[in-house]
Amino acid sequence: MGDEYSIKIRDLTDDEFFFGHKGCGGCGGSLAVRLALKVLGPRTFAVLPAGCMSAVGFIFPQMAFAVNAMISTFPGTASMLSGIAAGAKALGLKEYQVVGFAGDGGTADIGLQALSGAIDRNDPIMYICYDNEAYMNTGIQKSGLTPYGARTTTTPAGQTGAGSRTTKKNMFEIVAAHKIPYAATASVGHVPDLLRKINKAKSVQGTSYIHVLAPCPTGWEYEPSATLEIARNAVASGMWYLAEYENDGFSLNHDPGEFFPLRDYLSAQGRFKHVNSDAIKKIQWERDRQWNKIRRDWKR
Amino acid sequence: MSKKLFLSGNEATAWGAKLSRPHVIAAYPITPQTVVVEKLAEMVSTGSLNAEYLHVESEHSALSAMMGASAIGARTFTATSSQGLVYMAECLHYASGGRFPIVMMNANRSLALPWSIYGDQRDSLSLLDCGWMQVYAEDAQESLDLVIQAYRIAEDVRVLTPVMINLDGFVLTHTYELVMIPDQEDVDAFLPPYANPNIMDLDHPRNLGFSSTPRDNMEFKYQQHMAVLCAKDIIGDVDAAFGERFGRHYGGLVSNYRTDDADCVLITLGSVAGTVRAVVDEMRKDGKAVGLCRLRYVRPFPEAEVAALSATGRTLGVLEKDISFGYEGTVYTNVNSALLKAGHASPVLNFIGGLGGRSITREDIRSIFENLLDAERQRAIDSVRFVNLGVATHGR
Repeated sequence: MGDEYSIKIRDLTDDEFFFGHKGCGGCGGSLAVRLALKVLGPRTFAVLPAGCMSAVGFIFPQMAFAVNAMISTFPGTASMLSGIAAGAKALGLKEYQVVGFAGDGGTADIGLQALSGAIDRNDPIMYICYDNEAYMNTGIQKSGLTPYGARTTTTPAGQTGAGSRTTKKNMFEIVAAHKIPYAATASVGHVPDLLRKINKAKSVQGTSYIHVLAPCPTGWEYEPSATLEIARNAVASGMWYLAEYENDGFSLNHDPGEFFPLRDYLSAQGRFKHVNSDAIKKIQWERDRQWNKIRRDWKR
Repeated sequence: MSKKLFLSGNEATAWGAKLSRPHVIAAYPITPQTVVVEKLAEMVSTGSLNAEYLHVESEHSALSAMMGASAIGARTFTATSSQGLVYMAECLHYASGGRFPIVMMNANRSLALPWSIYGDQRDSLSLLDCGWMQVYAEDAQESLDLVIQAYRIAEDVRVLTPVMINLDGFVLTHTYELVMIPDQEDVDAFLPPYANPNIMDLDHPRNLGFSSTPRDNMEFKYQQHMAVLCAKDIIGDVDAAFGERFGRHYGGLVSNYRTDDADCVLITLGSVAGTVRAVVDEMRKDGKAVGLCRLRYVRPFPEAEVAALSATGRTLGVLEKDISFGYEGTVYTNVNSALLKAGHASPVLNFIGGLGGRSITREDIRSIFENLLDAERQRAIDSVRFVNLGVATHGR
């Protein structure tokens, strides 16, 4: 997978741009933000909507960002980025990055309109979705990216409830359908791949989108030390994939071959504890349908 | 050389924006504002205005983008109306709390339901508490001049608060008059470049738009309040300085007409003031001592100016294109508060008119003044009256 955009972890700067925040132990989202800022560097304008990272990082007077950063409205991540990009151009600023970090709800639900507009205009911004598969900041409610079967506080499991009845919206293919110059999926469990994609997005003329799976021990119900293992198993089990979209085509970066057992991936997380074999069959069917398409149509 | 052009209120507003040299403009269409962003698009495309022009996908995004641009030191302009204004309501509060000195034009238009593209002032007045300064123009010339003044007021480091410039939909946005276009050099001399020390800066990174706990939050809100109060003096100073340079000034927070010896004064806002002024002149010829107080600003509220209208035996009326359902007109509530504090004892009546674009005619205003002149005798009558209403007003 090495190419001109690859970054070795040992070459990453020791400078920290996101620290001292109040995120949960094992938070996948904060790891994505921290790593991304190390690639983007100090001349960065970051926008974070209402959500976990803004809630833990901007509590006056303890500001957790060492780069320029501000909270946007919940729907307004992309539109605020567009304004910064337009202002920076008008003011003649040089050598800077404009990046947004929004959760799954802030991206796929309430923020989708503004994101679509920004991509349509091809505004020179980078949009990173840290996907922890529910509204975690408000206490684990279902979002458009909550997977089928997952228990949240608004999709309870119990005698009649069986967790989320909907599958994840495919944000990667939604942004690709806009003919965005560059989009990628990534995972906090595959750091070199994540770093390469952020580095590549830096060089894009126009809008770029990176969708990072970011497990959440609090909402997914596992031990904080297991975040990277869960993230890797999401990819190994085919429940997530590492891919890119550019020049009108999709490419797969990593084929796990024989999948890590789906049942083991699910049973490691309390949010799936209740799922029965019928639900697992449905999850597997959806996974296989997606992978049949990927393996048939996407470049390797 | 300054020149005269035959312009609509919308076009005059676009001229005011152009002369103020905004860095970024966000555009989203809505009747009856659309001409403003169309005119600005034309100015940008012909190169007469050098600005980034963002075709945003909603009014919410328009104001969100303006905040982003303002946060890094760019001067910003956008325009909206009615449904668009209330759609951006979240961003209105956000922009004032973030102390972004954005200038925005709002074409006053009725709010659905029922749908109506025609003018009233319920859109802006229902958002009176969103922390923005609100000013209401009477004519196209004032609209142009207000844009230039608004940037100087909003960007003053003692204020740093956004300004909403309101024009009555159609009655002002779409009617034409001769408008003096100031010289760009004069505007440049009057309006210095936007220089806010509290912006995101590549050399000195800052975190903005943060959260604050109950320990600090109230202090931020207090400072926001004090900044808008502080703007009262600055509005007057800027209007006076504008007058010195351009030969036109408007009186600051209010504009009074023949109030000094008046037995009754009608307080109103927006373009209907022109009709009221004409009726004042007519009735004065008949020997009736009536006067007009036009509220230019509703936030900050001209409390002292309204209190100064109070006089023994003088009746006062408030004519507004607004109603706070279940009570009275919001401007009336504000006026009464100021008058109460001033110890005003004579009747103060509320006239609700023009909702959904209904005309307020000379005859209507003459009738309002007759009501006011007779009010001392008619104390028992409802203080809130609807102008030119087509249904019975009694029998709940």
